[in-house]
Amino acid sequence: MSKTNMTRRGVLKTGTLAGAGLAVPTIFTASSAAAFTNEPTGSSVTLGFNVPQTGPYADEGADELRAYELAVEHLNGGGDGGMLSTFSSKALDGTGILGKKVEYVTGDTQTKPDAARASARSMIEKDGAVMITGGSSSGVAVAVQALCQEAGIIFMAGLTHSNDTTGKDKKANGFRHFFNSYMSGAALAPILADRYGKDRKAYHLTADYNWGYTTEEAVRTSTEAMGWETVAAVKTPLAQTDFSSYVAPVLNSGADVLVLNHYGGNMVNSLTSAVQFGLRAAEANGKNFEIVVPLYSRLMAKGAGKNVAGIFGSTNWHWSLENVGGAKYAGTNAFVQSFGQKYGFPPSQAAHTTYCQTLLYADAVQRAGSFNPCAVAEALEGFEFDGLGNGKTLYRAEDHQCFKDVLVVKGKENPENEFDLLEIVDITPAEQVSYDASIFGGDLGSCNAGA
Amino acid sequence: MLGLNKNDMRLLLIVAAMVALAPIILNPFPESSAMAQFNAGYPDLMQRFVIFGIFAIGFNILFGLTGYLSFGHAAFLGAGSYAGMWMLKLLSINVIPAIIFSTFIAGLISLAIGWISLRRSGIYFSILTLAFAQMAFSLAASVLTPITGGETGLQTNLNDPRVLPSFLGGGASDGGNIPKPSLFGMEMTASFKLPVAGWEWTFNWGYYVCGVIMLVAFYVAIRVFRSPFGLMLRAVKSNQQRMSYTGLNTRPYMLACFVISGMYAGLAGGLMAAMDPQVGAERMQWTASGEVVLMTILGGIGTLIGPVLGAGLIKYFENIFSKINSSLLHEWFAFLPDGLEDFIVAIIYPFIGKGWHLTLGLMFMAVIIFLPGGLVELGQRIARRFGKGRTANATGETKPAE
Amino acid sequence: MDQIILQILNGLDKGSAYALIALGLTLIFGTLGVVNFAHGALFMLGAFCTVTLSRILGLSRTVIDETRTDFLGKPLKVEVPYVYDWFGENLGATIIDWNVPLSILFAIPIMIAIGVIMERGLIKHFYNRPHADQILVTFGLAIVLQEVIKYYFGANQIPAPAPEAFVGSFDFGAAVGFEAGAIIYPYWRIVYFCFAMILIAAVFAFLQFTTFGMVVRAGMADRETVGLLGINIDRRFTIMFGIAAAVAGLAGVMYTPINSPNYHMGMDFLVISFVVVVVGGMGSLPGAVLAGFVLGILESFASMRQVIELLPGINQVVIYLAAIIILLTRPRGLMGRKGVMED
Repeated sequence: MSKTNMTRRGVLKTGTLAGAGLAVPTIFTASSAAAFTNEPTGSSVTLGFNVPQTGPYADEGADELRAYELAVEHLNGGGDGGMLSTFSSKALDGTGILGKKVEYVTGDTQTKPDAARASARSMIEKDGAVMITGGSSSGVAVAVQALCQEAGIIFMAGLTHSNDTTGKDKKANGFRHFFNSYMSGAALAPILADRYGKDRKAYHLTADYNWGYTTEEAVRTSTEAMGWETVAAVKTPLAQTDFSSYVAPVLNSGADVLVLNHYGGNMVNSLTSAVQFGLRAAEANGKNFEIVVPLYSRLMAKGAGKNVAGIFGSTNWHWSLENVGGAKYAGTNAFVQSFGQKYGFPPSQAAHTTYCQTLLYADAVQRAGSFNPCAVAEALEGFEFDGLGNGKTLYRAEDHQCFKDVLVVKGKENPENEFDLLEIVDITPAEQVSYDASIFGGDLGSCNAGA
Repeated sequence: MLGLNKNDMRLLLIVAAMVALAPIILNPFPESSAMAQFNAGYPDLMQRFVIFGIFAIGFNILFGLTGYLSFGHAAFLGAGSYAGMWMLKLLSINVIPAIIFSTFIAGLISLAIGWISLRRSGIYFSILTLAFAQMAFSLAASVLTPITGGETGLQTNLNDPRVLPSFLGGGASDGGNIPKPSLFGMEMTASFKLPVAGWEWTFNWGYYVCGVIMLVAFYVAIRVFRSPFGLMLRAVKSNQQRMSYTGLNTRPYMLACFVISGMYAGLAGGLMAAMDPQVGAERMQWTASGEVVLMTILGGIGTLIGPVLGAGLIKYFENIFSKINSSLLHEWFAFLPDGLEDFIVAIIYPFIGKGWHLTLGLMFMAVIIFLPGGLVELGQRIARRFGKGRTANATGETKPAE
Repeated sequence: MDQIILQILNGLDKGSAYALIALGLTLIFGTLGVVNFAHGALFMLGAFCTVTLSRILGLSRTVIDETRTDFLGKPLKVEVPYVYDWFGENLGATIIDWNVPLSILFAIPIMIAIGVIMERGLIKHFYNRPHADQILVTFGLAIVLQEVIKYYFGANQIPAPAPEAFVGSFDFGAAVGFEAGAIIYPYWRIVYFCFAMILIAAVFAFLQFTTFGMVVRAGMADRETVGLLGINIDRRFTIMFGIAAAVAGLAGVMYTPINSPNYHMGMDFLVISFVVVVVGGMGSLPGAVLAGFVLGILESFASMRQVIELLPGINQVVIYLAAIIILLTRPRGLMGRKGVMED
């Protein structure tokens, strides 16, 4: 047995050696030859599609991935071109991006910020992705956006609705096409006041996390401005599955409207509970009791089945938009056609937003003539476009948020088929949902090209 | 040397060599080959390997030695992460205060939780730790949002104060960009890429910082295992009652063990925050606690190297298998005739990409059914078959897991 | 007052689900000494028996309706369930409407079969292994089962509404003398509570009043002696595992109208039901049921607005807090026996 006990001298010696060893690798700090992180050098460019593939939003993630694959196909000149033909910018010509063939890698966010960042980092560090996009929750979007800012990569957010993403947590390298809580509130309030009257008492059930808070805040402020009164706002745990104990007291609270600031499984469950407790059929204060779901998604509406009938909410996009709203929303039908042909069902709003984001990124690179994130960001800032299904849209420079018309929808009473769940009630013009970029605080910082 | 016997020293040296050469060992396939998908030698995953290695080593000190199954260790990891993150925000971007403070805070919290939970044993102890961890998770995700950032998590910001002088890593952001965590100016993300023939090896600074800390942690764990204190803990495992009858109060020993184990978790958490400045509440969820149990059992309970191997295996699955998609599969099997290609892809497809959980579940079952001693047992069986003359102690087995 | 009664009702309802799952878990633990982490998955499988039956009932032939179009502008394909062809449109529609109660008949044999296969094929080999191994292997099984379900049914929730007759709610307040509308409670939840009570009573009666049950109870107390008496206790334990699986499955079947099922629902219940079992006392059947209801009611009270305003976040942690307090004051849970699972 060669047991040597540590001596003071020995420790000192090893310490000095180790210190010398640590001082050596100054080479680590030296920047590499590339001008920015993951500069594509070959004949192809890699994009990173980071979507939830496991966990509660897996189906939404799968739909996002379908849209990404479709977008890549179109960018490389395959398929029928989809919205490329209706897009107002004609920089893209179906030969990839800047002549480089578009390739992609996929990852699983698990709808957990940690896992999403791990997946995004592997795309950046291992696969050399030059842009990351996707996600189906604001927690993930904010986390991955910060990572991309740090790494010097462009982040094109997927489905994220919290004000924070382009509000207090906005980053120079991050861009969001999807709308947000504020816009939902601003679009919904006038319609609600019009349909349900200005003398209403609302009861909020709010999912107890950041998105829930911003949504409650937005809907409260905008409905109170219309004359509504908020009776109570109760926070419900994110992991809650049975909402009966939260829904049961609503009817006796003096309220006549229930606002469910829930998304995904929370929304399906709380809405189901509310309908079970007879709120739809009840009367309060001499009026019909009503339920409102600020953020609607067709995939979620499906889970709630018949319970969504007649319930108002808002949405970023719906596949029937061009049929209802007219040629102003050109692109919608082209996209639905090309998605439907390939997969056999209409795309969800998540799919639409991710398809748009991919095209918008590719177009910005093409116009900037470089993959450099700073050049791309500059090309996207203040970019005004049309023909991507939402009508005229502006990528605002101050907070990297898209401004476009917001759809107010209602659950259909008698759906004709399994996709026909939502009915467009009203389209709120972009001006009505715009706000001053500074109201949510935060700081974009400056763009980071990495390397 | 270093107070270790020959076998332990050899084990430590093997681990040290593996840590040092990981960027090369983990990238066995050339960059351009189709198999490059299976390479794991990129900074993020390598950092995760060693960080979760530390976490699992610490968990094993408690579970492997005393048999007390804690289902709440993720709470210490999370608490360590938050503590470390706040240091990065308030004090300095230098990782040293973050790492020290995170270990300290996790130690304090594990002292409090251990003091209460250790009043019970068996499954009652497990449920108590689980209850504390779940409370920590729920509160962190909701009511404690001002401290934890809620579900979005805590990040470094442009307007963080960082009060220490700038040579110690203090100072606010420069030029609109948030500074990256660093060690006296060396950024954790800094890497040195070495292309050799078709391969490309990435030597990442942050990884080596974690690696060195992991080796120290590993060394300490060996010393704990071999110490009289470790012997005492093992006696607790084999028969706690007999220990009490001999007039020994085992609780101080148990509590010390619990706190050490919690501090390992906190250290791992602090390192996570230091490598990637973002902490989410889900890091404290029971599934995260369960994960470290799985790592330890998969690797081999009560063995020194087992937990590290288990941690590596699970993280490998999570990060590599989840990234394989159907178009990649088609690429790999493109050499087959069309019908056969589609057939094979259709068979494999449910197990990769979005189906990686399925593969993981099947693997748990297979390992636990056929290899009760985990990966270490696999290593021993192989060693026994091929190297008859040798004793199979190279794997650091202390005694068979009971 | 009416609020409190309302929350007690809610608690009984939540408690029934907890109690049913915990009862099954305890049956397995008490008889076989196995910690079954796949029990939540059995609850989920039960719920998906309902979904499967509704898919089977919904099997249909397609008729092309030229007068209407689908989203791509092609002629709409209208689906006509075969059930309509066989039973006529009215009876067919009723059968589809009563899908959830019908699923009980469908689920019992399936769940018993799954339970028996699980026990014979896997759990049997783990009787003499450490609890940690049992936990790991059943946890692995739970993941596999839930991934298989996800592969076939997707990750989103699938609605499974209650029969038309049970939609709506019962004015409880009016019935007991409060003002009308003060306490209303959905019919289906009342059905669920009654169903749970009947099922629990049936399990207890079975163990208490049949010879089979007596042998099983004897086996729970001292397996070896019963074996020495020449009784094939293994076979009976296998059947008990099947019954426990069926209890969890039925709890899942009847739960579907309350919350639309998804592949993950088992995991959501798993941790809670373990807490329930332990708080009740490992191995005690009445303890499991009692703890289920106690924790259910506590959870309901904690979610009252007035309580949350007083103690923010209490609704998130009340179950765990209660578990800690109970375990610290009553070392073996509410009704636990000495020496069970303490090593």
